[in-house]
Amino acid sequence: MRKFGLAFIIFVLLFLYVPILVLAFYSFTNASQIGSFQSFSFANYVRLFTTEELREMILGTVVLALASSVLATILGTLGAVGSFYSKSLVDRAYASVNQIPVINADVVTGFSLCILLVVVLGISKDTYLPLLFGHVTLSAPFVYLSVIPKLKQMDSSLYEAALDLGATPFKALIRVVFPQIFSGIVSGFMLAITLSLDDYFIATYTKPAMFDTISTYVVNATKGSHTEIKTALWALSTVIFLIVLVVVAVININANKDNKAMKQRRSY
Amino acid sequence: MRFSRKLLGIPYAVFLIIFVVAPLFVLFFYAFTNGEGQFSFSNLTGFFSDPNTLGTLCYSFALAFVVTVVCLLLAYPTAYFLATSKLKAKGVIIMIFVMPMWINFSLRITALKEILTMIERNLAYYPFLNSVLGMTYDFLPFMILPIYNVIVKLSPDYGEAARDLGADSAGTFLQVTLPLSVPGILSGVSMVFLPAMTNYVVLDMLYNSTYIMGSLIGSYFSAYNWHGGSMIALILLAVICGFTLLTDSIGEGEVKRGGAML
Repeated sequence: MRKFGLAFIIFVLLFLYVPILVLAFYSFTNASQIGSFQSFSFANYVRLFTTEELREMILGTVVLALASSVLATILGTLGAVGSFYSKSLVDRAYASVNQIPVINADVVTGFSLCILLVVVLGISKDTYLPLLFGHVTLSAPFVYLSVIPKLKQMDSSLYEAALDLGATPFKALIRVVFPQIFSGIVSGFMLAITLSLDDYFIATYTKPAMFDTISTYVVNATKGSHTEIKTALWALSTVIFLIVLVVVAVININANKDNKAMKQRRSY
Repeated sequence: MRFSRKLLGIPYAVFLIIFVVAPLFVLFFYAFTNGEGQFSFSNLTGFFSDPNTLGTLCYSFALAFVVTVVCLLLAYPTAYFLATSKLKAKGVIIMIFVMPMWINFSLRITALKEILTMIERNLAYYPFLNSVLGMTYDFLPFMILPIYNVIVKLSPDYGEAARDLGADSAGTFLQVTLPLSVPGILSGVSMVFLPAMTNYVVLDMLYNSTYIMGSLIGSYFSAYNWHGGSMIALILLAVICGFTLLTDSIGEGEVKRGGAML
């Protein structure tokens, strides 16, 4: 049973990783499709970083992710704090409406936002506003969901104590409440970034015609027959894979350090 | 005005009304009007009297069902064996399973597509198989994580108690572990089933000409037919609500979609 379990885990890992790793291998060759190659080369990587169109698309995706995540984090955090201190009926109203974009299919969210903003209100997609607010709509509810539990865990008497000691409510909020929910805000922000980077549907329905995110660009590129662009995207896939790998490794090492520090502190 | 913590929520409340509630009302309005802006049921009756769109609805359900079952058959044993193993690096291994979630899906599907092209030569010959493979490949981590999270938190005492009371290992699994992991299964299922009905871009990328519900919205969008598209979106919303109510009632409200990502 133990051996079967291990074999099963390895099988599923292979299913998930073989395509990415094979693509990574071929990204270092001059092959135009997987299966055979003549020689190793860095041409794909040179093309990835020198082609204007590709550079713009990557930069655009990152800027959009950062901008929408900052907005989503501010809105979602304020919403969580506001709803946490409201009457329970209002609090429940926040929570239910907040759940709509979380449960809804991205296709429906994107399509309905496009109708409201572009068709009904007549806001041009070229202003980038539908796209930006589309991504904020996608991710702010997740920020809200990651801040709420931190508020619930917080010791509410600390805030009262700060007031008793003469802090204004605003100061108490910044100095006492904010530090305690900070980790929730950070994880909400990270989640917002990954949601924006991975989005396809909101972007397709709200983006300006001449602007592409990585997702929309890659989807269009796979439909075309432009081989040079296609293999440069293999390089992009490999680069992103390596970045994710490093980030995950760093997070793991830090978590381990924290664990050890915690254990040491407990032994005092 | 005095500072009150409640007031901090106002910007988000306004935001939710404009960008979450208002679009749904607009969707309703467009779904039940025609091109001249007059009230009409033609979009609704049109959908349910056209064999093509009805076929698409059934096909979406069938595809989503198969994808969900395949994901579950792969994810449950993986999560179970990993969570119950004595490996020290469990936490690291589960990270490796989750890592694909952070790599852009379009690039991952490109990788899968290249492999499938090499094996099958022509992707168009196996549309259903490729849809299932593509979606399973895309959604599998979302099924593994919630199930793992539930099983890993189960106290080993339950299993020991069951064995002390005379259950063999199969009995322990079927009567103790499996029922206790239902919340994880439900949250995984809701993370896979609904996207499998709507995420048509995975099929597009695999040169698939088959249609699911999401593809209908896409084609109405390209044709600037807001009324028809709104009706499809509304029908999808109804399916999503029904499905959420169903999983919530089975799990007694324990299921939170998105919970796996937090």
